[in-house]
Amino acid sequence: MLDLLANPNTQWVLVGTMLLGITSGVLGSFALLRRQSLLGDAMSHAALPGICIAFIIVGSKEMLPLIIGAGITAYIGTYLIQAFVKHSRIKTDTAIGLVLSVFFGIGIVLLTYINRNATGNQSGLNEFIFGQAAAMVRSDVNLFVIAAIALLTITFLLFKEFKIITFDREFAQGLGLPTVFINGLLMTMIVASVVIGLQAVGVVLMAAMLIAPAITAKYWTDRLDVMVILSGVVGGLSGLLGTLISAPISGMPTGPLIIVSSCSLFFLSLIFAPKKGLLTKAIRLMRLRKSTSQNQVMQGIYEFIEETGRNTLTLDDLISVQPLSGLRLQQTIKRLQKRNWLQRSTETYQFTDKGIKEAHQITLNQRMLQMYSMHEMQFAHLPMEKNNWDFLSLPNSEQQPLFELLSKHELFPSVLQERTEDR
Amino acid sequence: MNPVSTNNITVAYHRKPVIQNVSFEAPEGKLIGIVGPNGAGKSTLIKSILGLVPKASGNISIYGKPYKKQRQIVGYVPQRGSVDWDFPTNALDVVLMGKYGQIGLIRRPNKKDKQEALECLAQVGMEAFANRQISQLSGGQQQRVFLARALAQNAFVYFMDEPFVGVDAATEKAIIQLLTDLKSKGKTVLVVHHDLQTVKDYFDWVMLLNIRKIAFGPTEEVFTQEHLQKTYGGRLAFLDQESNGVNPLA
Amino acid sequence: MTYTMWIILTASLVSVACSIVGVLLVLRKMAMISDAISHTVLLGLVSAFLITQSLDGLAMFIGAAIAGILTAVFIQLLNSAGVQADAAIGIVFTFLFAIGVILVSMFARDVHLDVEHSIMGELAFIPWTTVDWLGIEGVPQAVWMISIVLVINIILLFVFYKEFKLSSFDPHLAAALGIPVVFLHYLLMGMTSITAVASFDAVGAILVVAMIIAPPATAYLLTEQLGKMFIYSAIIAVLSAISGYYFAAMLDTNIAGMMATMTGLFFLAAFLFSPTHGVVIKKIRNRFTTYSNDEA
Repeated sequence: MLDLLANPNTQWVLVGTMLLGITSGVLGSFALLRRQSLLGDAMSHAALPGICIAFIIVGSKEMLPLIIGAGITAYIGTYLIQAFVKHSRIKTDTAIGLVLSVFFGIGIVLLTYINRNATGNQSGLNEFIFGQAAAMVRSDVNLFVIAAIALLTITFLLFKEFKIITFDREFAQGLGLPTVFINGLLMTMIVASVVIGLQAVGVVLMAAMLIAPAITAKYWTDRLDVMVILSGVVGGLSGLLGTLISAPISGMPTGPLIIVSSCSLFFLSLIFAPKKGLLTKAIRLMRLRKSTSQNQVMQGIYEFIEETGRNTLTLDDLISVQPLSGLRLQQTIKRLQKRNWLQRSTETYQFTDKGIKEAHQITLNQRMLQMYSMHEMQFAHLPMEKNNWDFLSLPNSEQQPLFELLSKHELFPSVLQERTEDR
Repeated sequence: MNPVSTNNITVAYHRKPVIQNVSFEAPEGKLIGIVGPNGAGKSTLIKSILGLVPKASGNISIYGKPYKKQRQIVGYVPQRGSVDWDFPTNALDVVLMGKYGQIGLIRRPNKKDKQEALECLAQVGMEAFANRQISQLSGGQQQRVFLARALAQNAFVYFMDEPFVGVDAATEKAIIQLLTDLKSKGKTVLVVHHDLQTVKDYFDWVMLLNIRKIAFGPTEEVFTQEHLQKTYGGRLAFLDQESNGVNPLA
Repeated sequence: MTYTMWIILTASLVSVACSIVGVLLVLRKMAMISDAISHTVLLGLVSAFLITQSLDGLAMFIGAAIAGILTAVFIQLLNSAGVQADAAIGIVFTFLFAIGVILVSMFARDVHLDVEHSIMGELAFIPWTTVDWLGIEGVPQAVWMISIVLVINIILLFVFYKEFKLSSFDPHLAAALGIPVVFLHYLLMGMTSITAVASFDAVGAILVVAMIIAPPATAYLLTEQLGKMFIYSAIIAVLSAISGYYFAAMLDTNIAGMMATMTGLFFLAAFLFSPTHGVVIKKIRNRFTTYSNDEA
């Protein structure tokens, strides 16, 4: 391993793939948030004819002309997708698929034509289809370094413009920003990051370089700036991992390993990310189910008492107030007993002192929600979504108008006539 | 046996209950409006009855049996915006879709089905448009095609999601005519509606819904200032202003 | 039959089979699923080879079909886990394809499992591998395969025609009427998979995608009737195949690539000049209408 790292060739490849990972990660976050992830797929496929045309014109495998050619046709492809969607009934997904397959077809036609007819040293154009990171040389890497620095610097300088145009283009226009220019610039930069990545991972897999790091980052943060940085880190890390794993094994392709690395990071995040991961979500959902059915039963009993004045309920009464399926009702009742909120005496159930207080709170919260929804305009300033719809945690001054409304509609929970401030 | 009866339906997304403990028994042969503020769960209520959104709890029966067994007798008119009107097909064909449930797997619609579909189009005043491509219909005409499709289902109970939204005067008339016809045939129609001004004219019964059922009953009994206040609260004054001070109750 | 005729026949069968699933995918706004499935077929082929250690046609076919359906399942899973649709497709297919490429280079490099070939296809070799079946001799294996798939597609389309139509147009009503929407979704995914697999060896992943998406998209701009959309896209697909072959022969280049190029040209023609939706035609008509309005 260390021998390999000492090898200058490997070092260049390593620097190259990491830089590519970082730039495509950073720009991929914007593509993802604009719901244009698959556009990257179309761009990379549409680059192939450009590479071939550039080769036919220049006659050699020099990197810069090839990249410029790739950029031009990728840009045309992107433009066509938008034109098809704008000027006809064709939907985005169809337009993307159409452009990517047809442009790739054209690319293959040209490539085969070159392979069969050109005389010069054309071998190596095929590399662009699947990528050949290991073939990167120092001059290639120099080019990447310049491109990467340029792209990252522009992103840094125009971050807030990119942010607003990604979030709300019309609003940006309203602010008087040159949206057409900024949009075009961002698009061009995404195209550029795709095009420079082609040599390493190839046309087919390039899309993943844009998508995987960005979506991974999205699982760890809600802030765009953090996401962009994180996405760059994930991209760079994938480049590093892919290269290190593939280097010691002869014939092992680097590009696919980079993709597998970044996708694996995504799958890990999908499952284990602390707030948005599936595991956390599943646990939260289970808790929610439990607490919802608990709350439903508590409120049901409370309202039963409110209506009938009877303090004890038979099992039939319980079933009538709450239509939870048999097993769930049983479990819920057991849990309520365990929490010492509900007491059972042979045939009947009744609240404990603690239980009735709790039920009062639950009912109160529920009815406050109802008031809130009736007067949403008036209460629009309350951060209820964030507060998990917990009205009781609001400061007294905010609760007061809701209490007044409850009294007005005679909906104030009446079994336990005590205000929350006694708590 | 009531056409629709629900027992304590609750639907929740995240922690916020969208509708909670809604129970009602819809009487047969009535036009029933479901009204309430935005986000009060009107569409969710009918979608949960039709099994299109998952319920947290509650039971539903259509003429005494679970919905799954009664699909043949339930008609549904989704919101017009829920489909892609660029779909390559014509008006008659869309109406025929209403019959797919009865026709059954594999079999094709026959002449009789087509004849019936044409009659349904005629009932909404659209027979002249039978072969018109749906992308070339106006919004109101599209809505009428949807209604004709529901008619073709030949159901006993109909659920309609905001059929009056964004339609022209002619379509509005056609819809009212159609509702009256359905009623005279003893069908039951539940309509999600948001225009309070017209509730009294259109519906025999009304449900006021705001997460919970506020009131449900014959319009003249239930559609009262007090219940509206309970449903819309502070927004009612706002609504009054919006409609140039016309009191919906007047 | 001559060598040329076999190639054209194979390509035509492929293009018709693809256009059938394509119409449904385009109308359901799921066109990119075909891109995903046609790529992951590679993983299925490699896995089948690694498990059976042979290049037996049927095992390969089954392996690839399973990979295709799994792709659809994974995309659905990610979707329901809250991953946005485009990203879900992008992640799943690149991941599975990358694994396919790695497996090939690790275990199957010496076998006839050429990654490049799988993307570009090699129609020119088709007529040389023949299989005698049902007493018919000298028919290329690819023709057998794709014919069977085509027949399956046609039968399923006829059987479930109205169900496909309704669940594509209005899934809500379809679900409310008790039409098995989920079953139809996976049936279509299955059809897409077997079509991709059968076409794959002959024409490569990219032509599969082009044939699935471009002819239906072209037909979508030419007709307002679902039945005609199927017929038009089949015709356009066959025309692309035939013209593509002759242009490729003329320029001595890749046949599948040229066919894909032709589908694009047909689409472009429809986009510009379709009598009802063409951009140029619409413009001319608008000018004409404004003019006559001014007169009035």
